[in-house]
Amino acid sequence: MNIIDARGMSCPQPVLMTKNALKGNPGIVQIIVDNETAKGNIERYLNHEGFSVEFQNQDDDILIKGSR
Amino acid sequence: MKEKRSIIFAGAVVGIISVLLVYFGNPANMGFCIACFLRDIAGGIGLHRAAVVQYIRPEVIGLVLGAFLVSIKNKEFKTNGGSSPFTRFVLGAVVMIGALMFLGCPLRMVLRLAGGDLNALLGIGGYTVGIYFGVLFLNKGFSLKRSYKMPSIEGYIFPGINIGLLVLLISGAGFLFFSSEGPGSMHAPIWISLAAGLIVGWLAQRTRLCMVGGIRDMILFRDSHLISGFVAILVFALAGNVFLGYFNLGFADQPIAHSDGLWNFMGMLLAGWGSVLLGGCPMRQLILAGEGNTDSAVSVMGMVAGAAIAHNFGLASSGAGPTANGQIAVILSIVLVAIISASNSELVTKRAEA
Repeated sequence: MNIIDARGMSCPQPVLMTKNALKGNPGIVQIIVDNETAKGNIERYLNHEGFSVEFQNQDDDILIKGSR
Repeated sequence: MKEKRSIIFAGAVVGIISVLLVYFGNPANMGFCIACFLRDIAGGIGLHRAAVVQYIRPEVIGLVLGAFLVSIKNKEFKTNGGSSPFTRFVLGAVVMIGALMFLGCPLRMVLRLAGGDLNALLGIGGYTVGIYFGVLFLNKGFSLKRSYKMPSIEGYIFPGINIGLLVLLISGAGFLFFSSEGPGSMHAPIWISLAAGLIVGWLAQRTRLCMVGGIRDMILFRDSHLISGFVAILVFALAGNVFLGYFNLGFADQPIAHSDGLWNFMGMLLAGWGSVLLGGCPMRQLILAGEGNTDSAVSVMGMVAGAAIAHNFGLASSGAGPTANGQIAVILSIVLVAIISASNSELVTKRAEA
């Protein structure tokens, strides 16, 4: 499946990109970000949408996996 | 929930510290005002010669260094940049022109309301409309594009310059300009201002407190996280003002404010719209610049340039009201922000790619 690349994007675009990815009603969504602010914002948004969220550090980046 | 408690705590501390800074000597309802303080710094280094608003405000230095220190400590300091830097510079300048039409950044707008200045309600109205316009373009794919990793030194320069400014201030460098009367002459002792900035910078970095993000996220996602910080500042500053007898309800004769409702509204509409496009309010830009975001450092430099332009060209309002030049500048700036919004959204970019 596609990984959404939200690295280097200013607020609130990482969350907007996540929101757009949820339009097809997927069970799993993966987003890669490069800062803690985007990570926290996406985690809060996914939790609110009923996803459970896991993180995986990849060098300087963070892969966020949401599933429901 | 723990996250929400910490942002409410941060907002409460910002509200209380803001009132205390007034107690220790800052101008009324101006414990913090990022626009006013950057304007004072622009005057302090002689970029404009408005004699009543010149001072090197240690609060700004503290905000930057507080965010810098905590981001180093938590290994969140990352140097990046390259996301439409010149557009950000220009947006910083027009946000400043809007804020100086109203006489305050978004944070001071809340502090003014907390002091009973009802003109701030018009400001909040305009601010909300401006944010709404920005959100319309965000939903149409507005983006200033990605930033990229940069060599670390690029990110250390901005905090470094703030240390340099602090050294100049403490050493009393004779070539700096300091107001002997007016708002620029009113300030808390250097160490108190610096400590206040450091504490707020630290908290704002940890909680991502942002005065534009609150209203934006409510409109975009129905997310009340950031706005709870905004409300906490209002409530605690209000309580502090009532406790110390500073609260003065009304429209007329408010400190460092004017009562022209239309232009209070238009000024903050511009500031709100520009701030959404930048991804955060002026305070948030300082915090991000402290943690290595050089796009935000460029935005802050744009604000300093905007402040110099605003005072050199007579665009900034005073207690007497807005100026004709200022009104023209705000209208032209809104047109410019509309063009920047449209050209960086899918309305234009999709067509260009097709």
